[in-house]
Amino acid sequence: MSKVYIIGAGIHPFGRTEERSGRDQGVFAARQALKDANLEWDDIQFASGGSVAAGNADVMINDLGLTSVPFINVFNGCATGGSALSTAQNAIASGQCDIAMAVGFDKHPRGAFNANPAAFGLPDWYGQTGMMLTTQFFALKLQRYMQLHGISRETLGRVAEKSFRNGEKADHAWRRTPMDLDTILDSPMINHPLSKFMFCAPGEGGVALILASETKVRELGADAVGIASVAIRSRPPGSFEVFAPSMEVIDGGKPTILASKAAFEMAGIGPEDIDVAQLQDTESGAEIMHMAENGFCKDGEQEQWLVEGRTELDGTLPINTDGGCIACGEPIGATGLRQVYENVTQLRGRAGSRQVSGNVKTAYSHVYGAPGLSGVAILEV
Amino acid sequence: MTTELRPIAPGLWSDDEKPHLLGGQSADGKIFFPIPEGDSGKNLSIIKLARKGILWSFTRQDFRPKPPYDGPEEFTPFLLGYIELPGQIIVESHIVGTTLEELKIGMPMEFVITPFDDSRSNFAFRPEQAL
Repeated sequence: MSKVYIIGAGIHPFGRTEERSGRDQGVFAARQALKDANLEWDDIQFASGGSVAAGNADVMINDLGLTSVPFINVFNGCATGGSALSTAQNAIASGQCDIAMAVGFDKHPRGAFNANPAAFGLPDWYGQTGMMLTTQFFALKLQRYMQLHGISRETLGRVAEKSFRNGEKADHAWRRTPMDLDTILDSPMINHPLSKFMFCAPGEGGVALILASETKVRELGADAVGIASVAIRSRPPGSFEVFAPSMEVIDGGKPTILASKAAFEMAGIGPEDIDVAQLQDTESGAEIMHMAENGFCKDGEQEQWLVEGRTELDGTLPINTDGGCIACGEPIGATGLRQVYENVTQLRGRAGSRQVSGNVKTAYSHVYGAPGLSGVAILEV
Repeated sequence: MTTELRPIAPGLWSDDEKPHLLGGQSADGKIFFPIPEGDSGKNLSIIKLARKGILWSFTRQDFRPKPPYDGPEEFTPFLLGYIELPGQIIVESHIVGTTLEELKIGMPMEFVITPFDDSRSNFAFRPEQAL
């Protein structure tokens, strides 16, 4: 496969934008990405994108222009952005085209997600009895992880504290006010051990990326970031996932571990080679557990990592440099591409006051979601 | 009182004096809970799951979930978790008869039928009680 590059990135600020639909936020991001790449919409030869709750992406052509471009709608839960990226990447790598766009956007109502059991192949009683909540899954996975690997509640607080601190420095973030550790720890309990300010909130936002072939990058003289690998994996047997009325007694592994290994293998590098990482932080415990699942540390080492500030902007492995989902909120269809947007910004050295220290050569992003799937993308310059 | 309540869904647990959760087992021994609806449930034999297990993880639901949650209007936080039924399967369940502070991963638990609202019963586990 020939190498594919990202040459443009655009984002609509995350949070709440009452006057703009989810798709309009996608269009906003698409225009910004085109401008960033110094291209016009009719230069785009292929597009893929989607949302989970804000409609079909291909309708964007009404606003962007009827250029007859092939536009693939993606509807892939939390991996919607990652799948859009992978689809656009493959279109270029296969030689089908030279310039493509990947776009993701969403708009969710306030409050915790409420899922329809039938859409997930589950019986009605599972939802009626109040067991079909994503927040519970994260708390249940975390409660066990904390007991087995000696993670304290204070460490959960430290993660959120860092998210709000980084969010303050990101123009596209939603929560931009720093919060002290005690306020986070003492906020109302949602699902023990997780309290309110440790969780991300469902929100809104849109992200678009312009991809190009090597030939096109040279022709345009673009400020390009290379895609080293994209890997998406659904759950293996015996893994513990969102919306599981039961699971096998044997621990069979996790989709994140599989996606991470595949992405590192394709890129030909390892976790120790990564300079900056964006990891799915639906809540602060998810960031902790995903540090180990993605191979950056061993189970239990996170406690020390957080105390030493290793995941801060000036640390050895800065994590969630724009505040992640905790500060940006969770528009499901846009989150995966927001992480890639942030990595592109860091690799181009354009992150301003949140630019990580040192020479950033490699960047890693990871999304996780229902019903048990993970997407990892590794970028390099 | 429990006997006047109808189960939240049919076929979840057995009718015995000491009821069991009902699972499905495939020819190669794999156990499913709940018994899958439709074609994937057709070739399974119905088995009774163990009444005793150990606590795998737990949490408390502190806010009233949005629909499809169908519990009493007046919301009381409830406990839930996963119970490992040794050699069989790990099931998600409400937890009753205890408090968050008393729960510890690995503690012995036992099956019980409990009221869900004024008209319906639900299954749950509680810490195993001494005879």
